Amino acid sequence: MTKAEKKALSITACKVRKGIIESTHAAKAGHPGGSLSSADLFTYLYFKEMRIDPKNPRDPARDRFVLSKGHTAPGLYAALAERGYFPVEDLLTLRKIDSYLQGHPNMNTVPGVDMSTGSLGQGVSAAAGMALAAKSKKEDVNVYTLLGDGEIEEGQVWEAFMLSAHYKLDNLCVIIDLNGLQIDGATKDVMNSAPVDEKMKAFGFAVTTIDGHNLDEIEQAFSAFHAEKGKPTCILMNTHKGKGVSFMTDSVDWHGKAPNDAEYEQAMAELNAAQKEMEAQADE
Amino acid sequence: MSEVKKIATRESYGNALKELGAEHENLVVLDADLAAATKTGIFKKAFPERHFDCGIAEANMVCVAAGMSTMGLVPFVSTFAMFAAGRAFEQVRNTVGYPRCNVKIGATHGGISVGEDGASHQCCEDFALMRAIPGMTVISPSDDVEARAAVKAAYAYEGPVYLRFGRLAVPVFHDEGSFHFEIGKGEQLTEGSDIAIVATGLMVNEAIEAARQLSDAGIHARVINIATIKPIDEDIILAAAKDCGKIITCEEHSVIGGLGEAVCSLLSEKCPTPVRRIGVNDTFGHSGPAAALLGQFGLSAEHIAETAREMVK
Repeated sequence: MTKAEKKALSITACKVRKGIIESTHAAKAGHPGGSLSSADLFTYLYFKEMRIDPKNPRDPARDRFVLSKGHTAPGLYAALAERGYFPVEDLLTLRKIDSYLQGHPNMNTVPGVDMSTGSLGQGVSAAAGMALAAKSKKEDVNVYTLLGDGEIEEGQVWEAFMLSAHYKLDNLCVIIDLNGLQIDGATKDVMNSAPVDEKMKAFGFAVTTIDGHNLDEIEQAFSAFHAEKGKPTCILMNTHKGKGVSFMTDSVDWHGKAPNDAEYEQAMAELNAAQKEMEAQADE
Repeated sequence: MSEVKKIATRESYGNALKELGAEHENLVVLDADLAAATKTGIFKKAFPERHFDCGIAEANMVCVAAGMSTMGLVPFVSTFAMFAAGRAFEQVRNTVGYPRCNVKIGATHGGISVGEDGASHQCCEDFALMRAIPGMTVISPSDDVEARAAVKAAYAYEGPVYLRFGRLAVPVFHDEGSFHFEIGKGEQLTEGSDIAIVATGLMVNEAIEAARQLSDAGIHARVINIATIKPIDEDIILAAAKDCGKIITCEEHSVIGGLGEAVCSLLSEKCPTPVRRIGVNDTFGHSGPAAALLGQFGLSAEHIAETAREMVK
């Protein structure tokens, strides 16, 4: 990726983060923490990685993305809106009665959403099904799915991992957001799933561990995914929950809580300042 | 009397899948290590590249099917009713039902006639569970002819469908040549206006036999086959209630939440009519030969006829 591309992506990621804050503030509910930890990934996926066309969201030949950790819908919605699937202003209708932006993704109401999710552990299976279908139909479609590190406590995800390796789904990229926090506390205290990398290797995945806020590392991980043949890929991304907003960062309190007016002002001020700084950077 | 041909509807399911598979490239079948028992093995033999064993992992299998359906395939997902409707209930609800995925759930080994395996495998709650999901179509065919027609209708229908098949070989009473199946349409099998017997699955044949016994005693029973439990054919049931004034429902399922309660709900709101529900009376099953179990649990022509006589006198 060129320096200019990286700068543009960083600015977009900042806008996605602002969309998360604006939508959850307007909704007075939602999940900002895990949305912010995955904001760089959402941005990279929709602005660089996936073969998609916002004007033709149902194109059968498109790559697919399944947000298995469906509660981080605000992050996905903000990226989709920025990418042009629907108006950015609509983010302010998140979770409101009669809005198409449901609390958890609904593939029948939100343009760009490839699978309805929300109940943890199920999206990854659907993603595996998509990848298996593409293989079966000999179609060149890549399927990406994002899970939380709390989510992998669901037994079903390991059923899905087994199936993905068994059917050699090298068109499936499983991304796990290791932000280390879940509702009841630190993941290592609630239900320790470590070591995730060794487990994924044992389940037959090609595993890469990256800094999930580093766009170069995200790019390299996806290059490795494209080069991998005969087995599914797992990208483990170390992240910070609430990344981009000082008082939300690495705080379990911000899993499922919306910012009040004062918190909203502070968060937006921080993100606007960060964006301004990025925009001031040289392109070359 | 000539020997009646008997076929288990799970066998019909496997055969229908094979027939459909030959016509439709986009039909795929998923199973959870039970292909020999669910009879999807018949399809697997013909189309191994379109049969996906998912191992003993039903929750995953149901969602894999949902994902496949979004790619233009029409997946038939198979396992025993206990695991399709029971273990994977929430997956069916959230990842098939809510998004309205075009997934067909072919659940075999429904009801008490599973036999020797006993209570852990005798699912008598699947109608109740599947009926409760918005937009779910629930079909329980009565014999081989109807079962094969139902599988084809389910393929042709766009949206989630739950099909329940049995393990036990049951008499084939429909005439292949003249039979027509339509989702949501009941079928009147005998004329009569003394009492109506509304049945589903293998209980339809028992109802026909009961009507025969009753007619010897001068009681004319109207037998109605309800293969589609949801959406239920309101017209045929309301007409029966108006004409007969008394109804017996018969199903190889708990009396809670199945055909009986669907009929009661309809009638209590639109045409209050006395109803007696024959089914499994809020109890678990146990091991034994299927035929003996059906008799023991009152799922028999004799019990239907006895109930009818009580109601008519």
